[in-house]
Amino acid sequence: MAAIAGIGELKPVRRTQGETTLGMIAESVRLAVEDAGLDKDAIDGLLVGPQVGETPQHVPATVAEYLGMQPRMANVVDLGGASGAGMVWRAAAAISAGMCEAVVCVLANTREEEPLRSPNRNPIREFDVPFGASGANISYALPMQRHMDEYGSRPEDFARIAAWARHNAQFNPMAIFHGQPAGVEEVLASPIIASPLHLYEIVMPVAGGEAVVVVSPERARGLKHTPVYLLGAGEKITHRAISQAPSLTSGPLRAAMAQAMAQAGVTAADMNLLSLYDCYTIMVALTLEDAGLCRPGGFGRWVAEHNLGFDGDYPVNTHGGQLGFGQPDLAGGMTHIVEAVRQLRHSAAGRQIPNARLALVTGNGATVSEATALVLGAD
Amino acid sequence: MQATTLSDLKVPAPIPTRVSRPFWDAAREGRLCLQKCEACARWVFYPRSHCPHCWSPRLAWHEASGKGVLQSYTAIHRPGHPAWNAVAPYTVAIVALQEGPTMLSLLVDIDQDEMRVRLPLAVRFVRVGDFTLPVFGLDKPLEKLK
Repeated sequence: MAAIAGIGELKPVRRTQGETTLGMIAESVRLAVEDAGLDKDAIDGLLVGPQVGETPQHVPATVAEYLGMQPRMANVVDLGGASGAGMVWRAAAAISAGMCEAVVCVLANTREEEPLRSPNRNPIREFDVPFGASGANISYALPMQRHMDEYGSRPEDFARIAAWARHNAQFNPMAIFHGQPAGVEEVLASPIIASPLHLYEIVMPVAGGEAVVVVSPERARGLKHTPVYLLGAGEKITHRAISQAPSLTSGPLRAAMAQAMAQAGVTAADMNLLSLYDCYTIMVALTLEDAGLCRPGGFGRWVAEHNLGFDGDYPVNTHGGQLGFGQPDLAGGMTHIVEAVRQLRHSAAGRQIPNARLALVTGNGATVSEATALVLGAD
Repeated sequence: MQATTLSDLKVPAPIPTRVSRPFWDAAREGRLCLQKCEACARWVFYPRSHCPHCWSPRLAWHEASGKGVLQSYTAIHRPGHPAWNAVAPYTVAIVALQEGPTMLSLLVDIDQDEMRVRLPLAVRFVRVGDFTLPVFGLDKPLEKLK
């Protein structure tokens, strides 16, 4: 299935003196990769354990950023003492699937004399929060302002994305904003939360849940519905803190979408549905540009020139997107998958895209820093 | 900022680690200090146990120029942490330091309508609650001092 090419081990001590979990991870990784005779840049997969009390979420991105890595596959394996073994077969599966070629699997811990009373000892807590930078909005306001300064994009260009989401939500009775359309003026009239972001350009947090079942293609053909096939997938993690983003106007979805579409042998223009993660309007703007549908800086004109409704020339987020449907926390990303499946099964009553056969689905996490793209297709 | 000053704020302070403590100690003394890797000669921020460029553990502290370029900025009207409401709106920015690394900080003493990407910045030090933070203002050319 796969082979283990490098090992690293730290000498156990009863007590560490001023160590951090991230530092212990870094040394363990350095030893294993050196033992494998590989360069740091050859490692394109990362599997880590949970860091309860230190880093509540986004552990893989936190570790990747600390190590200066930008993996194509990253995950937490949270199986207690089975985590190590669990990492190895998961690494093998990722390599077999063509998602990456060399995976470092790492678990490490400190045992300090005085564990800090306040949990949350990660770099975001230390170098962002004290400057008044808490919460997700800032990490999207900063790329948005950069885009405006660099390309001259205007508030109405972004607001139009939110207006389309609200429009599409009118055809989805499940959407939180069903019955509440909003045009460009209304979006621009909503309060500024963190410049240049208006309130209506930000998802409404809701409670909810989403789930999908994945089987082999052969198995799917014997089941109830038209199978929706996974034709391509790509993933990329570039950073954790917005201050460490390699670019503010292009994200890891660029690489993730390119890989997914290359695997599927299609381009973005072939898609019947663009089911694009839309936590904020800037997210859709950057995704359209990174997908190659328009030039860098050109999303405003593209959105103005196209019809993003289910009956338009470029259907985008026919369920209303998260901007129209609501963001049920992490399940928000899965709504884009669920809607794509409905469309490809031709079961999206009241908003069916004619002849829907191909969909591009994107997921985004943290600060435009965790990206996964899927190409889904039906016969 | 209005009646409440930054030093009055009761806000989450940084929790230094053994590795990062020199950064915060230097800030308290009005100096911006960063690690520099002795193996690959590149500068590092935020402080770490290993160089993120080459993974060498041989990092040494040096004083940085304090100069940087504004990458982007945002005026926070609704802070994520309620303790910052007292000084909202305030401006958070990403600064590309002359030495290479980028950091998040506060922008001070620049009018909202003067702000644009690529402004040249210089560090200054401000007390926020119990800590001294490196923040950034315009890097004014020497001619203006005449």
